[in-house]
Amino acid sequence: MQGGIKLRKIGVFVCWCGSNIAATVDVEQVVQEANKMSGVAYAADYQYMCSEIGQNMMKDAILKHNLDRVVIAACSPRMHEGTFRRAAEESGINPYLVEIANIREQCSWVHKDKKAGTEKAIALTRAAVAKVTLNTELIPGEIDVVKKALIIGGGIAGIQAALDIADAGYKVDIVEKTPSIGGRMAQLDKTFPTLDCSACILTPKMVDAARHPNITLHTYSEVEKISGYVGNFNVSIKKKARYVDMDKCTGCRICTEKCPSKKAKSEFEEGLKNRGAVYIPFAQAVPNVPVIDTDECIKLKTGKCGLCEKLCPSGAIDFNQKDEMITEEYGAIVVASGYDIIDLDKFGEYQYDHPDVITSLEFERITNAAGPTNGKFVRPSDGEKPKKVVFVQCVGSRDKTERGKSYCSKICCMYTAKHSMLIKEKYPDIEAYVFYIDVRTPGKNFDEFQRRAVEKYGVQYIKGMVGKIFPEGKKLMVHGVDTMSGETLVIDADMVVLAAATKAKSDAVDLKRKLNISTDINNFFTEAHPKLRPVETASAGIYLAGACQGPKDIPETVAQSSAAAAKVIGLLNKSKLVNNPCVSAVDESLCSGCLACTEMCPYDAISFKNIEIDDHGQKIKKVVADVNEALCHGCGGCTVTCRPGAIDLKGFTNKQILAEVDAICR
Amino acid sequence: MKKMKITPDKYENELLQIKKISSEMVNDCMQCGKCTAGCPATLEMDLLPHQIIRYLQLGQFHKVIESKTIWSCASCFTCAARCPRGVDLAKLMEAIRLISLRKKGNNRLNVEDVSQLMTDQKMPQQAIVSALRKYSK
Amino acid sequence: MKYSYYPGCTLKTKAQELEKFALDSANELGIELIEQKDWQCCGAVYPMGEDEIVTKLSSVRSLAAAKDRNEKLVTLCSACHHVIKRVNEDMKKKVEVREKVNNYLQLENDYKGEGEVIHFLEMMRDDFGFEQLSKKIKKSLNGRKIGAYYGCLLLRPEKDMKFDDSENPIIMENFIEALGGVAIKYPYRTECCGGYLVTENKSITEEMTNNIIRSAVMNGIEEIVTACPLCKYNLENSHQAKKNNVSVVYFTELLAESLNVK
Repeated sequence: MQGGIKLRKIGVFVCWCGSNIAATVDVEQVVQEANKMSGVAYAADYQYMCSEIGQNMMKDAILKHNLDRVVIAACSPRMHEGTFRRAAEESGINPYLVEIANIREQCSWVHKDKKAGTEKAIALTRAAVAKVTLNTELIPGEIDVVKKALIIGGGIAGIQAALDIADAGYKVDIVEKTPSIGGRMAQLDKTFPTLDCSACILTPKMVDAARHPNITLHTYSEVEKISGYVGNFNVSIKKKARYVDMDKCTGCRICTEKCPSKKAKSEFEEGLKNRGAVYIPFAQAVPNVPVIDTDECIKLKTGKCGLCEKLCPSGAIDFNQKDEMITEEYGAIVVASGYDIIDLDKFGEYQYDHPDVITSLEFERITNAAGPTNGKFVRPSDGEKPKKVVFVQCVGSRDKTERGKSYCSKICCMYTAKHSMLIKEKYPDIEAYVFYIDVRTPGKNFDEFQRRAVEKYGVQYIKGMVGKIFPEGKKLMVHGVDTMSGETLVIDADMVVLAAATKAKSDAVDLKRKLNISTDINNFFTEAHPKLRPVETASAGIYLAGACQGPKDIPETVAQSSAAAAKVIGLLNKSKLVNNPCVSAVDESLCSGCLACTEMCPYDAISFKNIEIDDHGQKIKKVVADVNEALCHGCGGCTVTCRPGAIDLKGFTNKQILAEVDAICR
Repeated sequence: MKKMKITPDKYENELLQIKKISSEMVNDCMQCGKCTAGCPATLEMDLLPHQIIRYLQLGQFHKVIESKTIWSCASCFTCAARCPRGVDLAKLMEAIRLISLRKKGNNRLNVEDVSQLMTDQKMPQQAIVSALRKYSK
Repeated sequence: MKYSYYPGCTLKTKAQELEKFALDSANELGIELIEQKDWQCCGAVYPMGEDEIVTKLSSVRSLAAAKDRNEKLVTLCSACHHVIKRVNEDMKKKVEVREKVNNYLQLENDYKGEGEVIHFLEMMRDDFGFEQLSKKIKKSLNGRKIGAYYGCLLLRPEKDMKFDDSENPIIMENFIEALGGVAIKYPYRTECCGGYLVTENKSITEEMTNNIIRSAVMNGIEEIVTACPLCKYNLENSHQAKKNNVSVVYFTELLAESLNVK
């Protein structure tokens, strides 16, 4: 109860945690001392407080001794604060009248001397008792949930998450930057370890996503601005002008065939083929509606041409289209924005300038039957079939210098084995060599897959790096080393395929700012916990799926997408969300309206409002800070910033913290 | 081939010296072989550049100090420029050479022999000075 | 434009053309290269040992002298440039080296790496400008097929030398084109010639230089330009160069020729 300090009846329960605590802390002595602390009506110890017996003991004591607040001296609150709060609630005590004294991670686990450890444990317990004396009952607030999810990115990660969420009965929007969904998987030829045709397994999902009554596709669109909080995100989406009316277009493609401007390099074909100004990125694109590239379109640049408009049998071309901005509300967001591969300009020794030195993505396009060479494996320089192909792994990966990325890109060992087997299968007379540092094949059936390349197909795996490639006439002289036999070697290759490192997309930093989530030093989005919370971010309501969180292959991506979808479904399922009540609160009588706290808040949780107060009979209007409890994370930064001390953190008030300090300093 | 004995203590001093002189950590090397693959001077080497580091990692100092390799190194810095772990092998090679040369009487090029080199009138003294610096102390 | 100039010993004796053509050209272009008083031999190789201090002193003396005159220090010889540049980086970055050197030298003002040393080619590229240079040409090279040979010391290690992209440089090619020549890139232009190994074991340098010349010849090159006296010596002596009649000249000779001061 608030108002006045009535005599507290605090229960203190000290846990042994087996020998985890008891080995370095004399638990019984702590109980003895606790009994002497002001306000403590009952103190006891038990071996495992978190166990059912332990909790029941606590509940019984609460009832028997009429305890009104509880201190548990045990492991970190991260472990069992929730457990004890629930137990207290079941005994009729407000869960926020429970305090945890961490005498394990912060005491018994970091000290060796039992006497000193016990003294510290007593001090920590005393501090917790002092704090809980001042605790007030807190009631969590409720937030509404908009039953709609947003997925940023339309690759396999985004599509899978969308399908799962939509199948559960919720509306989903996919925002995709390029003209079609499909992402990297659409560019691939075959996928490991099954060697399924990538498009064959992807396109049904793409069509499902397009046809699903709960899914709306916003292709050729980008997220512009995001505000709000979990359950209530307000998002502005820019739908870039396609200059094609999507309702009228039948996808006949006459325009893309006849467009006279053919200088643009097709992004989908990794620059190996040109496309028109009006184009559909690939044959199975969804939606099957072209876009017009404003930088390449003769009509949009000079006013001349307009051939597509004249030829379109449905009159779908519309040069007057403008970008459209729409705003939508979502309860949850899934980030599935994908990855890129590094530029190779800093790796001049591999001679990437040479047309016959290609990246692995370019290789996928060349072997793909729908690609620039119709699936014929030929040299880009002269269209001839190569006799010797060298694959170089780890180009830019595992590289601690400024040139490369320090991490392992994860997918290259598998896809290189795949590439080598694909060409050996089609052209058994081609000699294939793979230069590697290690072969990493940890997935299911992965090692068997890679060994097949060596044992069945005779791909020559060489443990060693390539130093430099010297073009000589029609050949590429690859100078490498076989570290196992201790021999330097040179291979007169006809083509070289570089497994370039994966990297985060260049707009990841921009996206993270819009979403207010974090990225690591490599610009991959950071998960809430690397082991236990791999699909959540530190921001409630925003989830991660796919390679934007870190390099990964398709099986892992699909698994992660479904996991993210499950989290979203769990969130959208709730009629109301309960928010953490340990949030800031403003004492409007003390607030001077300087709004320094609004500048400080890293979560944009504080704004302002105008109030009217009665000051000695005079009505005065004043500006005061206003905390959005749903956005507030309880960091306490505002409480430090506030000069008059008007803003305080519920559950961790300034008074409470000072009481803890006083207790420790005694 | 006899079995190699791994005795980390045997050459502890020399290995510490190498670390001090070069300020390089041999454990940083992941034995990818990029240095060897790019080295232009391997023709007369008995141990390849990556093997020099490997032997240092295994504490086999006697193998590297007796190798032809360290004297066939041209200090062209290609290895250091390309190493993905940022290991400066050129400096490590120099450190091994210095330990050898700093022993009394261990000069590979003595001042008395310089006149022989200079019979080629066209040889720039840059060559002689470099050689004296690299092969004698 | 006024610079302190460090020649190095080889330029005063066996590689006099490298200097003569440079100074004549600089004169023609209105660039003043003032030879430093009391310069000392740089040592030809950069002392890589962390405990080697004495061998760095002559470089520091030159750097400090140039800094005191508020002038950039210009070098012509690749080896000298390499040594002085890397010593300067040490003085900037390594506290122990800086302290020991200053304690030893007892200069009027401690030298802390504030000075700057640039190669003649960097001076042409960054201070004078290749475009400007091409305007001053009196006798264009008339599309002669010339290959640049960089060697090692100007380029590596890139983080210290900061001369150009060490795997794919273009500064010398741009220089050649500014003079009216056709610069041909060939794969071995940044490979080592063997350097001082020629004194120890000629077979190594023979193999290395043969590879370089062969690569140049295969790409249609008849002339090779270089900045290093030792590279020139090694390349000229190679079997392939003699067999294919490939001439190796200093880049300054080309400059002087095109400015008609040769």
